[in-house]
Amino acid sequence: MTMLNTLVAVCSAYALFLFAVAFGAERAALRGQATWLRSPMVYTLSLSIYCTAWTFYGAVGSAVRTGFEYLTIYLGPSLVLMGWWWILRKLVRIGRSQRITSVADLISSRYGKSNLLAVGVTILAVVGTTPYIALQLQSVTLSFEVFGVGDIATGEEKGHTALWVAAGLALFTVIFGTRNLDANERHNGVVMAIAVEAVVKLAALLAVGIFVVWGLSGGISGALEKIDGSPLGQWQIDGGRWAGLMMLSAAAFLCLPRIFQVLVVENDNETHLRTASWAFPLYLGLMSLFVVPIAVVGLEMLPEGSNPDLFVLTVPLSQGHDGLAVLSFLGGFSSATSMVIVAAIALSTMVSNHVVMPLWLRFAGGGAKVSGDVRHVVLLARRLSIIGVVMLGYLYYRLSGGGAALASIGLVSFAGVAQVLPAMLGGIFWRGASRLGALTGLTLGFGCWGYTLFLPSFGAGVFLPESWVTGGPFGIFWLRPQALFGIEGMDPLLHAVFWSLVLNTGGFVLASLASFPAPLERLQGAQFVNVFEHSTGPRSWTGKVAQAEDLMVMAQRILGARDAQLLFEREAQRQGKHGMLPEPTPDFLETLERELAGSVGAATAHAMVGQIVGGMSVSVEDLMAVADETAQMMEYSARLEAQSQELARTAAQLREANTKLTRLSVQKDAFLSQISHELRTPMTSIRAFSEILRDSTGLSPAEQSKYASIIHDEAIRLTRLLDDLLDLSVLENGQVSLNLREGLLSDVLDRAVAAAAADEHGARLRIARDAVAEQVWLNTDLDRLSQVFINLVANTRKYCDAAMPELEIRVCASDRLTIDFVDNGSGISPEAQDVIFEKFSRVSDQKAGGAGLGLAICRQIMRRLGGDISYLPGQGGAAFRVVLPADIAVAAQ
Amino acid sequence: MSEAGPPRRGVPPVFLERQSYRRRRVIDAARVLPLIGLMLWLIPLLWREDGAAAVRSSSAIVYLFGVWAFLVLGAVILSTRLAAQGRDGGEGEAGGGEAP
Repeated sequence: MTMLNTLVAVCSAYALFLFAVAFGAERAALRGQATWLRSPMVYTLSLSIYCTAWTFYGAVGSAVRTGFEYLTIYLGPSLVLMGWWWILRKLVRIGRSQRITSVADLISSRYGKSNLLAVGVTILAVVGTTPYIALQLQSVTLSFEVFGVGDIATGEEKGHTALWVAAGLALFTVIFGTRNLDANERHNGVVMAIAVEAVVKLAALLAVGIFVVWGLSGGISGALEKIDGSPLGQWQIDGGRWAGLMMLSAAAFLCLPRIFQVLVVENDNETHLRTASWAFPLYLGLMSLFVVPIAVVGLEMLPEGSNPDLFVLTVPLSQGHDGLAVLSFLGGFSSATSMVIVAAIALSTMVSNHVVMPLWLRFAGGGAKVSGDVRHVVLLARRLSIIGVVMLGYLYYRLSGGGAALASIGLVSFAGVAQVLPAMLGGIFWRGASRLGALTGLTLGFGCWGYTLFLPSFGAGVFLPESWVTGGPFGIFWLRPQALFGIEGMDPLLHAVFWSLVLNTGGFVLASLASFPAPLERLQGAQFVNVFEHSTGPRSWTGKVAQAEDLMVMAQRILGARDAQLLFEREAQRQGKHGMLPEPTPDFLETLERELAGSVGAATAHAMVGQIVGGMSVSVEDLMAVADETAQMMEYSARLEAQSQELARTAAQLREANTKLTRLSVQKDAFLSQISHELRTPMTSIRAFSEILRDSTGLSPAEQSKYASIIHDEAIRLTRLLDDLLDLSVLENGQVSLNLREGLLSDVLDRAVAAAAADEHGARLRIARDAVAEQVWLNTDLDRLSQVFINLVANTRKYCDAAMPELEIRVCASDRLTIDFVDNGSGISPEAQDVIFEKFSRVSDQKAGGAGLGLAICRQIMRRLGGDISYLPGQGGAAFRVVLPADIAVAAQ
Repeated sequence: MSEAGPPRRGVPPVFLERQSYRRRRVIDAARVLPLIGLMLWLIPLLWREDGAAAVRSSSAIVYLFGVWAFLVLGAVILSTRLAAQGRDGGEGEAGGGEAP
């Protein structure tokens, strides 16, 4: 009894010490002295929660019962760690870049942030972990029993011990496991305490091992001889179980929620994996090194029928080494407590993020836009979940009554959580893995595991009727839970692992192949599978509808006011905006969602942002991420090509405009000299002849009259020039008033041809007309129209360089009236074609006839009349097309 | 992400610098190591279990833990080399790229 009291005192002191360690680590982290807390060694030691009390005590028991089989449990994880470059590196990178909070979150996030999947994995994890927690409580109780007097430890007493341990663990976990909401932030206190416990359990087991080998067996050679002489002396294993358990433990190592918690979630530097890749296998090797010697010595020294599971304690005790026994007890206690603490944190994160929060958001939250801090809700949910999970374990322990049924639960639990493996590996390596596939696989695997392993593990007749086990359900013989499809003789564990994983993987692959994933799933798939290429997340929000202020309100509730404001301010600065509210760009929404996901999980964060943003869209750019790399390259080069073509077109247009401008500028210069010349020539002669008239006496009347008429002619020429200029400027300013009259097109043409011919001496131009087609009634400003025609005919007279100049006037009335003036000259050069209608434009200098205003005036007139005039290329000679709108022609018919 | 410019992985070069080449081979070795370990740890399946010719447990212990020590040593060497090259040549992901 004194021993028991001492033990209780030691135990309490140790628990206090752990509290102090955790508290100190938290304080150090707060003061920013956490660098040593984040060393790779601490990370590696925290992984040691893999070694629970089940392995601490149970390994020796397992060695006694089945020889070397216990080793497989350590070999599998060692291989996984050594092969970190294959899987763990990717898992950790994904966990960090997507801010994954748990296994359930990983699966849900990968498969389109599906909460259904998250809930499924959470249930699986709870079902798989609860018995395991019960197992830890049992082992602690058993180890207490070893020190106490057997009679005193009645069932009542046992229950008390377990209850106290459970309550203490729940308290510790609540205090240090929920200090910060963001699950991605390290729980420094917890991690540190676990690391210390890892050292304690390793030291304890090594101490017992060294005592056994050097103290009781006389050194290494003696120990080896002893082993050969013992019942374990010959190598005897079941080959199937050796390989199968190695695989199973490797799979479970990846999927166990508590391992995932320390391996991925609490990881804050990927390079720590590199150290852990050798340090953790080393740790496991040391943990398992002395198991067989201890087993052999225990078998030799202890009376027949002693519980081999407790040899680690009873061997030192039987030799009177109470101190060593207490150390060993602390080792086992550490193993049990660290497992329960981390498992409770991992499970509570899942339960609160995937079960409680979605329900709360739906029923009590009143939507994400309501203000008010929601963090206390999340924290409360998480604390209650922790207490719930630990108490569930305790209840399980009390209900199952401990005993052998519980001892076998370790591997059963492994097989259960391993069901996540196909969805997990498929999710990070196979883009085609779909939500439906994951659901199918998990459901089949979970169901099969429950039917063939979990339920039968309680013993026939507890949950499954005995008749089912022996004769199959409803007499269906091939559905017997331990001999599915009539395959008998397999080890029940291997049988269950084999069938559950085969059905799981098969269902997963087939359903994935047959289904078509939603866009978000495909995006997340690309993000996960190509995590090393894509460092950014998917852009899935349309930012325009989101209100930055609503987002702020929501973020404050989850992240806390200060952090949320800092985040928003930083984002606003990054966008180059002043003030607090950034634009709700897809980029920003993505960042925000990920920050929130660190606190409440990807699915919930997605749903919350979704409530405010309203909709989610997948842009073309997003889909590009889904397309494989070749497609990306092709798409990109196609876009480049399109861009360069567009650039080329723009450049060509620019060049065209530039040459046109250059030509115009040249013409303007030419015109200025021309106009001054045009103005000066008549002025010069006017001045000269008026001087003659003034100064010369004795001019004959005939001479006087001749000079005066020259002055008069020149003045008229000047006036005409000025009239033209004035005309043009009036037309251009739109100040002209039209004098609408009705008339026949043929009349207008007659007048124009006659007027043009009047200027000319000797009518050399032959004009071909179509009298019938010209019988079109017009309702327009006939004078202006005739001015255009006169100009065109006069131009032909002036510029047509054919030996026998001919002008053909074609009239065509359809939906609009076109009048073409085509001559048989050499036409107008292409580069001149687009400038002839500009002001001051003249085709050639040598045939200087006017100021180059004629066609410009024509164009202005035609535009005023609602029509147009253009050059008609490709007609053999110079050709102009005058277009009149139909209503002008038809209205008068 | 398309605004960020062209996809970062263009046509991979045919030849690498000596340093990158070494780094990739170290990564290859890191990938092979667990496979070697698996093979070595599965060898006990071939051992005789019956009669006097059965493998003695002491040899089994020496073999299994010998393999363990060898693998840990290999992992130590690979991890230090990876760390050294990671420091020299930057933590370039291109070296490892992607598990197939």
